[in-house]
Amino acid sequence: MSLLRFSKLIFGSATVFFLIAPLIAILPLAFTDSVFLNYPIPAYSTRWFVELFTAGVWQRSIINSLIIGCGTTVLATLLGTVGAVGLRDKQLSLVLTTIKTIFLLPMVVPAVVLGVGMQLMFARYALTNTYLGVIIAHTVVAVPFVVVNVLAVLQGIDRRLEQAAASLGAAPVTVLQQVTLPLALPGIVSGAVFAFATSLDEVVLTLFVAGPNQRTLARQMFSTIRENISPAIAAAAFVFIVGTVLIAIVVNFSRGTKRAKEVR
Amino acid sequence: MNNPFIRLEEVSKSFGLLTVVEGLNLEIGKGEFISLLGPSGSGKTTILMMLAGFENPTSGAIWAGGNRIDSLPPHRRNMGVVFQNYALFPHMTVSQNVAFPLKMRSLPRAEVKERVGKALDMVQLGSLAERRPSQLSGGQQQRVALARALIFEPEVVLMDEPLGALDKQLREQMQLDIRDLHRRLKLTIVFVTHDQSEALTMSDRIAIFNRGKIEQIGKPSDIYDHPSTQFVAEFIGETNLVWGTVKSMEGGTARVGLPAGQQVFVETATDLGPNSSVCLSIRPERIKVGRREAAGNNITAAVSDIVYHGDHLRLIARSDGQSLIVKTDRSQPTLSIGDEVQLSFLSSDCWVVSP
Repeated sequence: MSLLRFSKLIFGSATVFFLIAPLIAILPLAFTDSVFLNYPIPAYSTRWFVELFTAGVWQRSIINSLIIGCGTTVLATLLGTVGAVGLRDKQLSLVLTTIKTIFLLPMVVPAVVLGVGMQLMFARYALTNTYLGVIIAHTVVAVPFVVVNVLAVLQGIDRRLEQAAASLGAAPVTVLQQVTLPLALPGIVSGAVFAFATSLDEVVLTLFVAGPNQRTLARQMFSTIRENISPAIAAAAFVFIVGTVLIAIVVNFSRGTKRAKEVR
Repeated sequence: MNNPFIRLEEVSKSFGLLTVVEGLNLEIGKGEFISLLGPSGSGKTTILMMLAGFENPTSGAIWAGGNRIDSLPPHRRNMGVVFQNYALFPHMTVSQNVAFPLKMRSLPRAEVKERVGKALDMVQLGSLAERRPSQLSGGQQQRVALARALIFEPEVVLMDEPLGALDKQLREQMQLDIRDLHRRLKLTIVFVTHDQSEALTMSDRIAIFNRGKIEQIGKPSDIYDHPSTQFVAEFIGETNLVWGTVKSMEGGTARVGLPAGQQVFVETATDLGPNSSVCLSIRPERIKVGRREAAGNNITAAVSDIVYHGDHLRLIARSDGQSLIVKTDRSQPTLSIGDEVQLSFLSSDCWVVSP
């Protein structure tokens, strides 16, 4: 083995280790029998999972996360897809380029800044401490992921397919519904997954706009770690990671089979 | 044309500063097969796009069946379009693709099913109805695209280089198939191509485009035998262009002097003034090797190359400082490079083209 290949291997493994080391550190603690979140693990049990799914606050926070996550996914996917369809042209006018930039802005604006602004504005419209408020807040940061994903797919669609549909008698709305959107589906699905994941993991905005009734799983983990460092956090983290990995596998698999079909 | 079905009136199209089509007038009859032929960038595809409604003319009017259509959206024009890349919907099966235009017209399900079956049989694809387009070969995909464009019985079928992506054999088969469909279904077809032999094979009329304008329009044989300009003569088929000066003009026959002193007689309807310079087009297959007194024109040339083409030989001969291509059959007595040959052709085989 040449030195270059060897160093590539070492560097690659180091990078992978760097990325997943924190996960490896926390996951075993989910199965501890102890009441403390630290090593060594005296005995293994699933008591913290039981706690997670039975204790009132944890249960509530999981349900909240699902409600808010689903709400955000629907809203962000809808808005992001519509936005991407509008921003699709390759040669954008100055106005559209500006709008596109604004769409993507929440990706780079510090969440704290967004949070402060939202709290002030939501207070005015009585949206603080409401599910709708949290969903809107999460949607703001989730939309860019949908726009980017859908836009990427849309730009790969041959315009002539839509022209063909129009020439065959499809009105613009029908073209969108029968041709453009079905072809953009892979992008929409991955955009939706990103939106859901963004919402699930969002803490900063939630801290600003959510009340005690909209405590999400991430938010609950955040406060638990300050109040009483319970291994339930590790169990929650485990649920989080397994859920995310499952979604990623499903998305990858659906894309993979689609591609395989096309190749055949 | 007494009663044109499609009429383009002073149609122009510009993209920014670039004018692609300029003041175009064109009439297309019902049931006609017309080819728009020209090099890429000559504006032929833009005209098709304007007929289909994907582009709007910058100025001018387009009429179809007595109605002005140039501001009508594509889905209300009732024209079938066949694209070069087929543009089949990848997420639908073959039969769903073909059924699409009928579903858009909200026909009852039973009728859709029956007509889709018939249409697929027409293009011999009945057995592949449930396949996806990606599972078909290029030729099969093109036949699906044809079936889809014809199933709703459009008034006009627009074809944008539909055979460009197929290999030679398949292309020739499809040319005959399309021509056959045109005759059987009495279709009006506007066919865009840059392949001159395709246009000659298939069309009732050919319009030759150059730089956004029609250079010549007419029957294939007219255009081949009587090209009006140097561009057309060179674009359609192969030709020899010979430059000379008119010496005299007598009863429809001009005596043209070639630069190095030889003379040729040219039949022409136009009155050419003495001493005007002319460009002549002589098709390679019209020139015969060997002296023929009856031919009217006999010139001497030197063979500079001989190319074997299987069914014929091609001589490159130099005469009077100009290079001539001669297509000749293989029974010619063996010639070799450097030989002096006599070449003969009729005065009616010389055609005066404007530069």
